[in-house]
Amino acid sequence: MKFIKFLLTGILFGIVMSKSEAISWYRIQEMFRFQSFHMYGIIGVAVVLGILGVWLIKKFNIRDYHGNPIVFYPKERSVTRYLIGGTIFGMGWALSGACPGPMVVNIGFGFLTMTIVFGFAAIGTYLYGVLRSYLPH
Amino acid sequence: MIEFISQSWSWWFSGLVISSIMFILLFFGQSFGFSSNLRTICAAAGAGKKVSFFNFNWKSQLWNMVFLIGAILGGFISGTALKGNEPMVVAASTVQDLKTLGFAEPTDLQPSELFSWESALTLKGFLILSLGGILVGFGSRYAGGCTSGHAISGLSDLQFPSLIAVIGFFIGGLFMTHLLFPLIF
Repeated sequence: MKFIKFLLTGILFGIVMSKSEAISWYRIQEMFRFQSFHMYGIIGVAVVLGILGVWLIKKFNIRDYHGNPIVFYPKERSVTRYLIGGTIFGMGWALSGACPGPMVVNIGFGFLTMTIVFGFAAIGTYLYGVLRSYLPH
Repeated sequence: MIEFISQSWSWWFSGLVISSIMFILLFFGQSFGFSSNLRTICAAAGAGKKVSFFNFNWKSQLWNMVFLIGAILGGFISGTALKGNEPMVVAASTVQDLKTLGFAEPTDLQPSELFSWESALTLKGFLILSLGGILVGFGSRYAGGCTSGHAISGLSDLQFPSLIAVIGFFIGGLFMTHLLFPLIF
């Protein structure tokens, strides 16, 4: 059952996101009001360790468990899609207090009204797919 | 041990665990990026027949959907077996700001003003939740990633586009919080 490892990793993700309270609408408010260090601490530590680890992977050509080299794909260089898309995302993040991961973690935690948010997130993604060719990238 | 884990986790330990999750996924030949699940869901629902963006080999992304199921389970475990009994502590200044907008003192992870069924099923409450969702779903795919994909994975790989995305996240979040909230709430 090759999917077990992803299930377990997902469970760990659900646990850390809830125990850290990163799934809380209040924590996102504190973040966007610059009134608490907490969310910056979480993301900051993850990024610093991430930069370190990715550097080590590249330097020592560390392979994955299939024996393949771990490859990083550079993203297409542009500004428009990242800036506009990011801004739209950020507005939703502040309004709902959740990005896609936390939405489902919240559902598991017991905040079932998050199914409304998540359902509409899927609709939002569908809308993007439909409008994509008309949008600047 | 269970009691210790049941207390809310510190930022540094949480950051460490999240970073580990990114590396675990890399080690298993994938990458940490949650919003692509939204695209997979649309594709699995048949959107690929009409919209080319969803016409891709979504079955190759099933591992991430399993990760999503795990995330729900993790939330469930945290909400039950690992549930602590500390009160929700929110920064005093935030509590004050939210009071001005009509939010009561926080007693739980989520404000009942937004996430109770009473609120969610009012017209205004439903519009807030649905609009929040649409903006996240639309914006994350437009930007090609959300917090996990850009802020965590992208920045770890020193990707300049991810930095732009994160800047965008903040422009949007700040605009919503400081300029739009007083109009909405």
